[in-house]
Amino acid sequence: MFRFTQKKCGLSEFGGRFTLLFNAWRKHTQPTAAVLPSRSLIPVRKANFRGLSLPDNPSLRGLYSRTPKADVQVMAGEELPGVLILDVGGTHGVLENLVALLKKHFHVITLKEFRENKEEMRKKIQSVFVFENRPTIDRELLESLPNLKVIGNSGVGVDHLDLKMISNFGVKVTNTPHAVADSTADIGMALMLASARRLVEGCQIAVSPDTKYFAVNWLGVEVTKATLGIIGMGNIGYKVAQRAKAFDMRILYHNRNRRKEEEEAVGAHYCEKMEDLLQQSDFVMLVVNLTPETHKLIGKKELGLMKPTATLINISRGAIVDQDALVEALQNKVIRAAALDVTYPEPLPRDHPFLKLNNIIITPHIGTATVQAIRMMTEEAIANILAVLNGKPIPSEVFPK
Amino acid sequence: MLKNTKEKKGLSYVQKGMEGQELPYVLIDSIGGKHGVYEDHLEFLKKHFQLITMKEYLENKKFLSENIKAVYMWYHKPVINEGLLQSLPNLKVVASSGVGIDHLDLKLLSSYGVKVSNTPFAVSTDTADFGMALMLASSRRLVEGYQMAVSPNTEYSPADCLGAEVSGATLGIVGMGTIGYKVAERAKAFEMKILYHNRNQRNKEEESAVGAIYCKKIDDLLQQSDFVLLSVSLTPQTHKLIGKRELELMKPTATLINISRGLVVDQDALVEVLQNKVIKAAALDVTHPEPLPRDHPLLNMKNVIITPHMASATKKTRRLMMENMTESIEAGLRGLPIPNEVLL
Repeated sequence: MFRFTQKKCGLSEFGGRFTLLFNAWRKHTQPTAAVLPSRSLIPVRKANFRGLSLPDNPSLRGLYSRTPKADVQVMAGEELPGVLILDVGGTHGVLENLVALLKKHFHVITLKEFRENKEEMRKKIQSVFVFENRPTIDRELLESLPNLKVIGNSGVGVDHLDLKMISNFGVKVTNTPHAVADSTADIGMALMLASARRLVEGCQIAVSPDTKYFAVNWLGVEVTKATLGIIGMGNIGYKVAQRAKAFDMRILYHNRNRRKEEEEAVGAHYCEKMEDLLQQSDFVMLVVNLTPETHKLIGKKELGLMKPTATLINISRGAIVDQDALVEALQNKVIRAAALDVTYPEPLPRDHPFLKLNNIIITPHIGTATVQAIRMMTEEAIANILAVLNGKPIPSEVFPK
Repeated sequence: MLKNTKEKKGLSYVQKGMEGQELPYVLIDSIGGKHGVYEDHLEFLKKHFQLITMKEYLENKKFLSENIKAVYMWYHKPVINEGLLQSLPNLKVVASSGVGIDHLDLKLLSSYGVKVSNTPFAVSTDTADFGMALMLASSRRLVEGYQMAVSPNTEYSPADCLGAEVSGATLGIVGMGTIGYKVAERAKAFEMKILYHNRNQRNKEEESAVGAIYCKKIDDLLQQSDFVLLSVSLTPQTHKLIGKRELELMKPTATLINISRGLVVDQDALVEVLQNKVIKAAALDVTHPEPLPRDHPLLNMKNVIITPHMASATKKTRRLMMENMTESIEAGLRGLPIPNEVLL
């Protein structure tokens, strides 16, 4: 499948570097304009790019949007660089408020507009903003965009992009690792709690027309003091560990590399062998990226090693789990339950056996589906795209292996 | 009285304890099924008590009424009223499961010289965990998302299920007792800003350990919070603590989470504010009554999560509750200080 290597950086090194880059970008785009806070009813969180210092007035917290609304200075005669998107709004298009963000920095061109006016548009498009895996980047598209320099992906996973092919066209690829971290860690915790405590089933009982009284013998399993095994302790995995620690959980982790410093901070134990983690965990959470090495990482053997009382939680990519093996394991109660924010494909066909099981929770890939995260992802993608177009150091470039 | 027990006919269930003495008679509602004492708890209980179900009691009132010394009240059953108290002259202890005691007439029990115990600590971590589960599920629209993911209609995108961040948001905890404090400990790891309102301010160490800010006036908490979590006990003072006025003080983007008792909230006012989008959503483990009538408006609202009062529903915790109750009864019957005694 696709090969890539994430640029290896220590977290603090990355954060510091990113602060410099992001501040430099902001200076470039808003040299003199004041930051005008705008009243927003949506509780907006300060952009949490690690180490980032956006202007933060605590008294405005929760009331005002953090995003600077100052207009970009456009020099007379200069056009904004073109960015290609699938569409504005609609089922798979970029959300309208995000398009507004893009328009501050780019001339936004939809795929439809491009196809209707290829001759004029093809040279203008210097970047593509990939939102929810669209538009599809294929050879044909790359060949038709001679001035394409960068593909800015919204989100951290890039398994839907053929990095080698894109690289061969001299086009860079960037992702948004910082913007996704908190919300994805949160959904991991949400799924673990909902599954353990049978929240979805409970809701169904509470509202069912057949319910006459609540049974007292209807029980879930504890989260506090249970053992959580995190497979993949990157940015997101680490944030999961931070949250789990507050629940007094015993934390095990398996990672390509050991992270000694972070271990101590969250009280996590390194399991060099994934088998050890699988055998001891009450909850196994998958937080790896999808690569040829992690494809079907969890198969029949791994599920068989897990405790019969254990729960599998997947917030990575569907293809990391052998889905047929998981169906079998859940049907035969080899493990207690599963909670999946990701499947392969998405959505699953309506006759898929997963949909018939009662010990599984599936959510429609909402790991970053918050107003705040989606906005931050767009901002991070914009910053990356502009860095490429302006020849500056790129905060989150992704390289083929 | 007890010396004659062995000679009485038909009492094949007389049991003896470890030291050969007879075990005390304890009244329970029933065994097994949807409401009874758990069958896998029986082994432990029978080592300490002679369990008498309500059915057995009613069949042999004459003898048993003199001998029942304690009531093991599992999920509000058996119901204790004046009639029962009058017919159990030697009743010394009522052990109630869970932390809430709003279903008990403490004054009445006290007037009969009966001591009462509950299980406040056993339930605290599970309840705090469940409060967090409700907050996350509501904010991230987990239940709606699940329904979308499994429904026959597959035309959706994650944007249809856009939720709001829990991380970094402001949580207002109304009632910072044992449970409220544990919620705060958990919320801190999500980098939440934590406000709390309590009868008394907690000391500085406790506050700074979780980064909680005291709001002497509940209004301040209500106006600033993205999530308002109720973890008070139900008393005359907290009855309808959250009414129309309080709900209107909340942000229009705020969510109300109730893990206390249904009656802490004016339910009709809640229905109205949810319908009019005065607040964004609610997540309720408790309602009044439980369950709600099947035609109640709360059952049909997309922005409401209701769960069947299951905040302490885990195997381990229920077992711990049972053990705590056993301890309380034994201490009470021996005339020793009762662990988890509820005082008037």
